Amino acid sequence: MTIAFLVLVAVVVLWVVGAYNGLIALKNQTANAWKQIDVQLKRRHDLIPNLVNAVKGQMDFEKSTLEAVISARAKAVGATGVAATARAEGELSQALGKLFALAENYPDLKSSANVLQLQEELSSTENKIGFARQLYNDVATQYNTRQAQFPTNLVAGLTKATPSELWEITDAVERQVPTVDLSLNRPAS
Amino acid sequence: MTAGRGNLFEEQERNRRRSFWLVTLFIMFFGWVGFGGDLAFYFLTRDAGPGAYRHLIPFIGIVATLVAGGIAWFAWEKGADRVLWATGAWEVIEPATPEQKQYVNVVEEMAIAAGQPRPRIWIVPDPDPNAFATGRDPLQASIAVTEGLLARLNREELQGVVAHEMAHIANWDTRLMTLLAAMLGAIALMSDGLGRMMRGGVRVGGGSSRGGDKGKGNPLGLLLLVLWVFTLLIAPLVSRLLAMAVSRKREFLADASGSQFTRNPLALASALEKLEKETAPTRTITLGAAHLCIVDPAERKVSERGGIVGDVFASHPPMRERVARLRGMAYQSSVVSRQ
Repeated sequence: MTIAFLVLVAVVVLWVVGAYNGLIALKNQTANAWKQIDVQLKRRHDLIPNLVNAVKGQMDFEKSTLEAVISARAKAVGATGVAATARAEGELSQALGKLFALAENYPDLKSSANVLQLQEELSSTENKIGFARQLYNDVATQYNTRQAQFPTNLVAGLTKATPSELWEITDAVERQVPTVDLSLNRPAS
Repeated sequence: MTAGRGNLFEEQERNRRRSFWLVTLFIMFFGWVGFGGDLAFYFLTRDAGPGAYRHLIPFIGIVATLVAGGIAWFAWEKGADRVLWATGAWEVIEPATPEQKQYVNVVEEMAIAAGQPRPRIWIVPDPDPNAFATGRDPLQASIAVTEGLLARLNREELQGVVAHEMAHIANWDTRLMTLLAAMLGAIALMSDGLGRMMRGGVRVGGGSSRGGDKGKGNPLGLLLLVLWVFTLLIAPLVSRLLAMAVSRKREFLADASGSQFTRNPLALASALEKLEKETAPTRTITLGAAHLCIVDPAERKVSERGGIVGDVFASHPPMRERVARLRGMAYQSSVVSRQ
């Protein structure tokens, strides 16, 4: 009888340890995924002044666009917390998009190796931000689900687990259904 | 998508187990080839007259097992390097052209999407488009694409291909496949070498003194010998079929999880269609590394046939089926997102 009881206790203890460690691992993965986004955001913030300098001479009279990019960048650098960062970075993406769209009107810019290189760097950084966000949201969702599910939620209190905020798309423009070109014949950008 | 990441760890675990069994089976096979031969010779020479040779020390078995262990260790330590070396790939450290820069960027993007460390990046000097990944685990992984691939695909398609390779790395397919490649080579070599030795041995043995003893025959010894020769003969074929079967399953899985990274299955589908159109074989990638590649580097005939022949002999599933499955994924996700 006592043996059965001891076995039961051992099983329960082992399960608690496993659940606890699983939650901690997920918590750290979530934090790590967030760091990944941070690294890429920082890189984007560093690249923007270079881009602005490279196009400034040619696009002198598009001053308002350039200034919008600069001020959006300043705001994004200062933002803290998931929701505020998401909003500021969303605005920065928009400002950059406008700048690139306008740059299409300047043949000199379009053919400049320096600008092309910066553009590839920035669009790659945008992609990396997107993928890092995707990873963060996946891992955070997994963490949130785990800590809310029975019976792991009984252990969640021990790990001081709180639901992680997801990086949601905040502004209406990004939420619009994009026009999709299915031909896939676009030239390599 | 959470299910996807959960599956990733299960896949890693499953591949770790598969790799373990692969190595175990491989060493056991060499053990059988060695000790089985010893046993057969023991029975055959047991009733020999005094002074005649008796096979008492199983030295073939000892040597074979040691060799197998050595090969397995070598494959574990150096397999990935050997594959890269054999293709003549060079590592991109400082990207020189915009094309190379884009390639490096795409690999970095996919490493982030997969939540894995950035693999080493290589280019194979070959005009035929192809790509492969190798390495023991995600910390020591490499991705290589051919020059032809970089020239032909646009950014999104390149991303699809790199995502497929990244999925192989994240699933630990690369460990399984690299070990498999090395062991396939070893088995082919051994069976070839032993076969040649045996033919020589029979010719010499025929004229020697043990002819009389053999005439009486030791049924157990003969049976063992027949079994032993039989395994030697079919081993290369069986091991190749095994490798192909494993490889085809992994390809579908990598297509699927790669699309999970890019969330853009159509780009990979379009890349695969482009690769398929190239009929020329990828010369620098030899048969041993074939199942590491995104498309079969041999002339793409067998895998297109489908049916039984394609099922058994191709390292890759029929391209039409891969493309169809990818298009299906794209359709599903568009339906889901619209709801």
